[in-house]
Amino acid sequence: MRMKQVCTAALALLIGPVAVFAGTISGKVTVDGPVPKQKVIDMSKEPACAKDYPATNPPKTETALEGPGNTLADVVVYVSAGANDEGTVPSQAVTLEQKGCRYIKHITALHVNQDMQIKNDDPTSHNIHPLAKANREWNKSQPPGAPPIDAKFDQAEFIPVKCNIHPWMHGYFVVLKTNHFSVTGDDGTFSIKDLPPGKYTLTAWQETLGSSQQEVTIGGAGETKTVNFTFKGKAY
Amino acid sequence: MSDVDSTHAVAHHAPPQGFIRKHIFSLDHKVIGLQYYGLGLVAVFIAIFLSWLMRIHLVWPNSRIPGLHLLSSAGAPGDVMTPEYYLSILTMHGTLMVFFVLTNAPFAAFGNYFLPIQIGAEDMAFPRFNMMSFWTTFVAFCVLISAFFIPDGPPISGWTAYAPLSAVGGAAGPGLAYGQTLWAISIGIFCIASLLGALNFIATTLDLRAKGMTMMRMPLCTWAWFITSCIALLAFAVLLPACVLLCLDRLAGTSFFISSGLVINDQVLPHSGGSTLLWQHMFWFFGHPEVYIAILPAAGIVSHILINSLRRPLLSHKVVIGSMLAIAFLSYVVWGHHMFISGMNPFSSLAFSFPTLIITIPATILTLIWVGSIYGSRLRITSASLFALGFISLFVSGGVSGFFLAQPSIDIYLHATYFVVGHFHLVMGVAAVFGIFAGTYFWFPKMTGHMMNETLGKIHFWGTFIGAYCIFMPFHYLGMIGNVRRYSTFVDDYLQPYLGVHKFITFAALTTGAFQLIFLVNLIYSRFKGPKAPVNPWECTSLEWTVPSPPPWDNFGGVHPVVYHDPYQYGIESSTGDYVMQTDPANIVVERDEK
Amino acid sequence: MGKLFAVVVVLIAIASAIPIVLHWYPMAPDISAHGHLIDEQMADTMVEAGFAFLAAQFILGFFVFRFADRKDPGKIRTFPGGAKVMVAAAVILVGTEVLALGILGQRAWAGQYFSPPSADAMTIQTQAGQFAFYFRYPGPDGKLGPQHPDKVNEGTQNYFGLDPQNDVESRDDVVTAELGIPVNKEIRLLMHSKDLGHSFYVRELRVQQDFVPGLDLMVHFTATKPGRYEIVCTQLCGLGHYNMKAYLNVMSQEDFNAWMKQKISEQ
Repeated sequence: MRMKQVCTAALALLIGPVAVFAGTISGKVTVDGPVPKQKVIDMSKEPACAKDYPATNPPKTETALEGPGNTLADVVVYVSAGANDEGTVPSQAVTLEQKGCRYIKHITALHVNQDMQIKNDDPTSHNIHPLAKANREWNKSQPPGAPPIDAKFDQAEFIPVKCNIHPWMHGYFVVLKTNHFSVTGDDGTFSIKDLPPGKYTLTAWQETLGSSQQEVTIGGAGETKTVNFTFKGKAY
Repeated sequence: MSDVDSTHAVAHHAPPQGFIRKHIFSLDHKVIGLQYYGLGLVAVFIAIFLSWLMRIHLVWPNSRIPGLHLLSSAGAPGDVMTPEYYLSILTMHGTLMVFFVLTNAPFAAFGNYFLPIQIGAEDMAFPRFNMMSFWTTFVAFCVLISAFFIPDGPPISGWTAYAPLSAVGGAAGPGLAYGQTLWAISIGIFCIASLLGALNFIATTLDLRAKGMTMMRMPLCTWAWFITSCIALLAFAVLLPACVLLCLDRLAGTSFFISSGLVINDQVLPHSGGSTLLWQHMFWFFGHPEVYIAILPAAGIVSHILINSLRRPLLSHKVVIGSMLAIAFLSYVVWGHHMFISGMNPFSSLAFSFPTLIITIPATILTLIWVGSIYGSRLRITSASLFALGFISLFVSGGVSGFFLAQPSIDIYLHATYFVVGHFHLVMGVAAVFGIFAGTYFWFPKMTGHMMNETLGKIHFWGTFIGAYCIFMPFHYLGMIGNVRRYSTFVDDYLQPYLGVHKFITFAALTTGAFQLIFLVNLIYSRFKGPKAPVNPWECTSLEWTVPSPPPWDNFGGVHPVVYHDPYQYGIESSTGDYVMQTDPANIVVERDEK
Repeated sequence: MGKLFAVVVVLIAIASAIPIVLHWYPMAPDISAHGHLIDEQMADTMVEAGFAFLAAQFILGFFVFRFADRKDPGKIRTFPGGAKVMVAAAVILVGTEVLALGILGQRAWAGQYFSPPSADAMTIQTQAGQFAFYFRYPGPDGKLGPQHPDKVNEGTQNYFGLDPQNDVESRDDVVTAELGIPVNKEIRLLMHSKDLGHSFYVRELRVQQDFVPGLDLMVHFTATKPGRYEIVCTQLCGLGHYNMKAYLNVMSQEDFNAWMKQKISEQ
């Protein structure tokens, strides 16, 4: 164990300077065709949350978010092969907030065994229920005032997570074997940095529309490759 | 059967040798009775503690209860109780109270100790079965309590464990994986223990009565234990297969209680063809008679003690026995009144409503006979008789709310509200517990050889009597406004104005619970420091008061008692005072103006 | 001590009765066409039960007061008539009263459960699931599309498992999280459970009915007063049971039409 840590540290020292000159993959995810209509969420059952949203701008589902120019938000783009950084778990914890009876963010991507901190900012209880299959499924409540829940997942998996008390609360924990990932923003763009020269398989995953893969080669130091993904749409 | 030759009928076993045979794996019904009592005592204090946690959480939800995380780090992160842990506590409170307190203490504990002595037997008919039923109960208790120590915590489906919630497993929530399995196994084991116990009671009553002890000469508490064993034999025989089927659904993938097409967490369950209502029918076929398993022994004990305190027999021995038999019979045809709105055929609600209403008649007869017998008596006030009188008051208060719940139309409004909680706590919980307390104050001298402290006993009575009303009367009012039970927090707007009532109940519950510590202190103190008890401190007529306190291992010291009289020869002039023992061969000239 | 017991019992009886007599804790106001029958039944039962309660406690108190710790060496006496009077009183007074109440009370029950809703009643489906109610209106075609358990997806708000791609009837179904109904219109509410046992309880509507998994039931009612009322679950269904609720929104026909239009636009 100690040996492995020393080796990892030594490797990091070697790779470190390289990383400065490492390449970047960026691009945009779009959809060709319709996406399922995002429905209005009626939170009247939970007045404590419903009051956070003006009637003119009701909360909506987030299973396929199409932006201007057919761009897609909340798509996870990650290096599914070639990065070989499985063992390097970032020390920083990712945070998931529950606010206004929504998950912020809808998609939480993290590395295998990376710490995750789940907070409840609402004046009501939530239960966090990751419907894991490869990992252990668990279901814990978090009353207002309770400390954050610390979680960790030791297998790579796309885990749907939900709150049973508020059935509309729905999101994903995307547990990856790599640190090289990016979740597209509202404009559908992503950017994966710090990739040393090499051949990579890049995967884009969207919870409703599925996933697609592309091969990318970073030739020299500091090279920036542009890769665009286009998902095929569906109406329902 | 009535004139059994006692020399052949009593069970024979050698005097126990060694500590383990004497006090742990004892065949002696008296030791087993005390063991049941001790188990009930442990269970009742755990359950009271759990009710405190529930009450505190209800009025101060989301606040810290210091140290609670020590009980369960998952159930109370940062000392804040989660909704599921509230339900875990609720389930354990109900299960402990119903099975390990209300079934164990008045029936198994006192019944074991006194039924053989009161009929003049040396021991139970099957001493080994008797030992086995206690230790099986103990295993059931350990299995149930172990649910506190597993990561998922105790089950959250309530003591009724309604399927499919209890059957579908961990997908439906915390506690429903291993916790619920432990519950089902524990209750299954408990059923086996109770069946063994019930058989033993019946066989003992029918076969081991002393010479002259006809059925009608048995004291009323013996009758109550006998009738209760008959109820228990049929009731637990239905709950046992229900628990087995529940375990099969949970562990073997069968579908007895789970219908097809159910979706939990967006996953279709791999079950089909079961019936949710089947569990409810099986459970309540046990569950309603269970109410009488709790209350009839208490009624019997109270009758026995009341007669002794009144210094006169009840207005009619036969009518009391007949009423208890009628209640026992009717208890089997009313289970559906728990299910008026559960989705069974609405016509069956009528079929279950009328027997339920009719059960009021024998219950009223019992009450009127108790109250009417006080008239013209020489009532002696002791801790035991106070608890017996308190029992009558509570039995009435809990009983009249049954008028409402027996009617399906009113049940539409009151079902699953605190009205129901108030009803069954008063009539089945507190009233039965008053029977246990009365029995304890009455028989403690016989069981331990020491008198209990009467002053502490009376303080305990007043605190408990007034406290019980302060807790459970307001539950009825909350039910009237439609306050739904089994909610861990009252988020509903309409309940906010009534939080004050809940606070009052919480304070009352904490205080009343604290009064039970006085009882505990009295028990322990008197056991060691109480004045030595004479053979018959209460001037009572039944057989247990003819033997030393505590009785020797074979009860009558090798002598076979012969019974000459009806059990309650009080209020007459005799050489002993105003009573004649059942074993006294003297002729009795009845001087009461008995009609 | 016996006299003290008597006084305490009587005081407890009086204190218990005061909040009832003074209506400190009234039943929720009735907004249903059938609820008055239940309320009358409740009031009748309250009178009878209240009388039995007070009489029993007072007599218990009085007898204990009179006969506890008697100093006089008087003989034991028996209540005139003895057990026969008690049995007769129980059978005649209590038995017939209670049975009469029971028979009378069946009117309210029968009205709810034995008579079908009128032909022009409006059909709405409600589905209970951990831990929310959802409601489905059949839309212009008057038909509720079939449900496919495998299509249920709460993330996309497909609570009912509809398949509008293949089922024409499902396309115009309107799914809502609150039960909007027009006032004075009979509602035929079809009840379906998605997962476990739940219950549908509206205090003001005097309606409570369990959802039975695998068995679809129906209740019918007419609301007579506009307003917003809480629908709560009364069957323990898991950790979120306490927070399983929805709102019943009773509106005038015009308001209902506008509300429905709004909901259709949100589908």
